[in-house]
This record gives sequence, C-alpha cells and structure tokens, in this order.
Amino acid sequence: MTGMIGKSWLWVAAVALAVLLPWCFYDFHTGRQSGFVLSMLGQMGMMIILALSYNMLLGQSGLFSLCHATFFGMGGYAMVHFLNAAGDGDLPVPMELMPLLAGLASLALAVVFGYMATKQRATAFAMITLGIGELMATAALMFHHFFGGEGGVSTNRTINNSLFGLTYGPSIQVYYLIVAWTFIAALAMFFLTKTPLGRMANATRDNFERAQFMGYDPRMVRFLQFALSGLFAGIGGGLYAVTYEIVTFDALAAPLSANALLMAYIGGTTVFGGPVLGAVLITLLQSGVSLMSNSWLVYVGVLFICMVIFAPSGIAGLILGHRPIVRAGKLGQLVVPYIRVLIPGLLLVLGFVGLVELTSFLTIGAAQGKTLKLNGNEIDVHATMPWLISAVALIGGGAWLWLEARYFRRVWDGLMADLKAADGKAVRVLA
Amino acid sequence: MSTPALSIREITKSFGQTAIIRGVSLDIAAGERHAIIGPNGAGKTTCFNLISGRFPITSGEIHLNGIRIDHLPPHKINRMGLSRSFQITSIFQRLSVFENVRCALLWSRGYRYSFWSPLWRQRELNEQADVLLEDLNLHTRRDIPAGLLSYAEQRALEIGMTIAGGASVILLDEPTAGMSNTETDYAMELIRRVTKGKTLVMVEHDMKVVFDLADVITVLVYGQVIASGPPEAVRANPAVQEAYLGALVE
Repeated sequence: MTGMIGKSWLWVAAVALAVLLPWCFYDFHTGRQSGFVLSMLGQMGMMIILALSYNMLLGQSGLFSLCHATFFGMGGYAMVHFLNAAGDGDLPVPMELMPLLAGLASLALAVVFGYMATKQRATAFAMITLGIGELMATAALMFHHFFGGEGGVSTNRTINNSLFGLTYGPSIQVYYLIVAWTFIAALAMFFLTKTPLGRMANATRDNFERAQFMGYDPRMVRFLQFALSGLFAGIGGGLYAVTYEIVTFDALAAPLSANALLMAYIGGTTVFGGPVLGAVLITLLQSGVSLMSNSWLVYVGVLFICMVIFAPSGIAGLILGHRPIVRAGKLGQLVVPYIRVLIPGLLLVLGFVGLVELTSFLTIGAAQGKTLKLNGNEIDVHATMPWLISAVALIGGGAWLWLEARYFRRVWDGLMADLKAADGKAVRVLA
Repeated sequence: MSTPALSIREITKSFGQTAIIRGVSLDIAAGERHAIIGPNGAGKTTCFNLISGRFPITSGEIHLNGIRIDHLPPHKINRMGLSRSFQITSIFQRLSVFENVRCALLWSRGYRYSFWSPLWRQRELNEQADVLLEDLNLHTRRDIPAGLLSYAEQRALEIGMTIAGGASVILLDEPTAGMSNTETDYAMELIRRVTKGKTLVMVEHDMKVVFDLADVITVLVYGQVIASGPPEAVRANPAVQEAYLGALVE
C-alpha cells in the first residue's frame, strides 16, 4: 500500500513531462511543435506499452515469449479496419475509445494462441511462441483481405467522431491520445501486479510446483497473464495505426518481437518501471542515432550483450542497486570511483564507435557515396591514422577500464560491507 | 468406523521397468499423526508424490475423505483439502516472506485468479498473513526476500505455507532434515502447534521426532509396507528391526 502512494510522484512527474515536452520543441516559424520530436515521443509511448506488456510475461511470469509483436501488429491491423469502418460511418465509436477496440481484437487472438502456448512453460513455451510468430508473419503475407500483403493496409484517422470535438488531424492531438492511453495502460498493468493474479504470476515464475500445491493451476495463471498482455500490446498497436495511418508486415514481424525483448531486458525486468526506461532509450537510439549512423543496430546489439553479461537486472536494477547507499547518505563516496571508470569507459566506447564507423564507411558508406565527417571535418577512411587512433583507444581504454573497474568494485564492496555491518538488515525486497 | 481421512488402496508405481511402489495400502484416520519411515530408496517420497498428484499412479486407488483423487492434478487435490511440503525446501525465493505466506492463503480465501481486487486493500487477508507470520516466529523477517532466510527459517516458512490454506490433511516430507538439535526441537513444537486437529502424515528420518510425534508408524521397505501400527508395536516388530536396522548398518 505504501508502494502505491510512495511512488505516485513518479507517475505525476512522468505525465507532466510527457505533456510538456513537445512544447519545449515549439517552432515559432511554423507555429507547431517539432514534427520529429512529436513522432519520436509518440513512438516512445507505443514502445513503452509494448515493453511493459512484454514484461508481464518475461519479468513477472518468467515466460520467454518470442511472438509479442503478433499482438501489437494485430492491434494495428484491427485498428486500420475499425478506422475504415468508422470513416464509412459503420462504427459509431469515438476515436478516444478506438484503441481499446484494437486491444480487444488482440485479446481475442491472445486467448487462442495463449491456449496453445501456455500449456507449456520455459523452453517449450518459447518454441511455441516462435512458431506462432512465424505463423502470423506468413499469414500476414498470405491473407490479403485483412493484412493487405506486402503493401499493408492503410486508413485515414480523421473519422470525425470524438468525445472532445477533436479531428485528430494535427499530430499534437494524436500525441496526446497516445499519452493518455500509455498512462491508462501503464496504470492498469501496474495495478495488475498488485492483484492476486499478478502476485501468483510471480509465484509461479519462482516455483510453479509450490503454486500448484497451494491450489493454483500454473497453466491458468500463465494463460491469463498471456491473454492480458496481448490486450495491452494490442492497444499499443492501435495507437501505431492511428499515428502512421498504415500498418504493414513490420508491425507484427519477428524484429519487433525481438525489440520488445531488448527494451524490457535493457530497461530491467525485475522492476515495474524498468521496461519504460528501456523503451525510451531504444527509441532514442532508433530515432536519434539512426540519423547519424548506419550502424546503430550494432550499438543496440552490443549494448544488449553488455547488459546481459554485466547488468542482468537492467538499467532499473543498476539504479535501484544504489538505494541502500543513498539511504545511508554515502553516495558521495562513489563520485570519484565513477569518474575514474567513466573516463576509460568513454575512451573504450569512442574507440569502438570509431572502428565500427570506419568499417561501415569503407563498405556501405562508400556504396552510398557518403563520407565520414567528424565536427564537419572529413575523415579519410583509407588513411592509417584514424584506424590506429581508434584501435589504441579501444584497446587502451579497455585495459584501463579493467583496472579501474577492479578499484570500483573494491570501493563498492567496501561500502556494502559497511552498510551490512551498520544495520545488520538485509536489502529490502524490490518486487 | 468412520471414513478414513486418507485411504490408499493397493497403489503401485513403476518408472519404466522399475517398480518403485509395489502395492501399498494404508488407512489414515482423521486427526491421526502418521509417520512413514524406512531406509533410503524405500519409496517414501514417491508415495507422497503419488498421493499429492505430483506423479500419476500406475495402478490402485487413493481416496481423500471418501472421494477418489488419483489421476487428479495437484492443484485440484489441494483444493479438496490436502497440502504437502517438500523434502528440498520449496518456497518463492524472490518474493518477500510476507508475500510467500499471503500467496499460500489466496486460493482458500476465495481470491482465485482475481485480477480486479487490489491486494493492499484486503485487510482481513493481510492480517491473517501477519498472524501466521507471528505463529511461525518470522514476523521480524517479514519484508526480506524468502531466499535470504536461514535454512531453518525457510523450513518453518514452508511448513507455514503448507498449512496456510487450511487443508485438513497435511503431508510433511522430512520437515526436520538437515536441522540441528535445537532447531529440530523448535520445528517439532511448531508442527505440533500448527497441525493441531488436522491429519498429519510425515516422512521422517529422525527417530526421536517419529516416536515423539506419531500415533501410528508405517514402515516402508522396497516399495512395500512391512509393518504398521502404534510406535511400541512397530519398535518391537522383529521384521522391522531386521529390515530397518539392517539397512541402517549397510
């Protein structure tokens, strides 16, 4: 109960940020918010829903699903058809409620597929979901009436039916629709974690046999979690359709399922808000870095691998790991160690980015007729110097970081030992 | 004679060609404290796994309060009033001690798969969980992850979770295994207290515990019952002495 109240300021802050952020990028020449920022923030909203709903499976139920995009995509396709029907006057539902319809369409699909997949758990479950994902991807190319084949299906979002008299022509109106639904969905998913089903999902994740010997059918728990997570993914997909007015194969294919996994994992699966951080970060990389570099996916991949190896509890886990130190008022003691790892870390990253970019410009970049520029200065990718500098930065930074990381660990362990000795109490449970 | 709380009729269990349980029959009266003893590999834990539905039986019948339960899945058997603990501690490691106990209460308090009732507002449920934690003497450990409890505390928690649902028949699989003498004494006192008025069946190696706690002892050797009766009778039984002591010596 304290958890709900204690963290409510985070929710309020997030809403305020989401509402105000577009106005920080207001363009007085056009009299509008920056289109790029609006579309990126909107994308973040959808990805937050996708990642949070994915974590209902991965983090909360211990279910490793490989077909989560199926339900996102289904919501998208369904939304296109709903919007088209509404445009023809056949579906008198206001725009504000349409995402819920998309969610219900996905729920129906998740009930069918969930019945198949949740019969199993662990690896077998993952295999079945892989099959489901492939099945749907194939179906999307085969059944033109519903999925529109490779070209996808398109729609027009100005259906002239709104509770607030909005047209949803301007992007800012769509953005606020996304904000509203993202918060509704996030709150609902948070609420779910505080119900008997949500708690038993954690319980079956930890020990399904014990749950069974307490009267719960683990399969039913898995099934309900799966179906509900499909509902939320569908809402996200519905918002996608409203934003882009076209839904193609990409909205339900395997890469998006992988993205859901990446976002949830990088953000942190053990904390409710973790996937939100992951979704924001990945979307930033996707929208921001992809403009600057052909190789942005390489960076996402390396980031993912590093997180799996060094920080399996994700960004949120890293942040929360500092809680006992902050409580004891000893965060200051970590400033110097942090600076000492940050400098070689930066060197390592720069060296790595340098090598990746040089390689990329040697091959793909050359084919596209682009040249590598750093602060406006052209860099010759055939010269020795840039390669040498990058390699030295990578190797030197790596070795230096290795030394500093050992020092950091010593300080950290020392602090933790002090704290443990000080109050003798164990770290409070996070979940 | 009234219906036995648990009635086992000629059950057998084979894994492939190997027969582990070779025709066991037992009647356990309501309120009885029944201990199953026997050398290693006698099939005691397998017996528990068959009764609680963890494994299907090969042949025979099991009745709980007169209702046939073999071939039912474990959760259905549990809902009918049979609960068990495990030889290897089986709790929810990452959930807090309080959450472990609360989860164990949920089904019997009628919450089922509810995704609409917020747990923090279920005052009665939360109070019951806290009361149980005090019974288990774990209230000072309420908010730490159960995986961080000491071994003896984890065993106590598991016993608490086993009885939380209010089952009338309790199966405990070596509840004092791996405990020191003081810990064993405490665990016995706890078991006695929390299973008051219930039917208790336990597998136990510690003879002191067995003879202290049990009204009836059944001796299982190579998947068959060789003796069953009050402690003194079993202790005096020459077949038991031979089989059991012989097995202990080897």
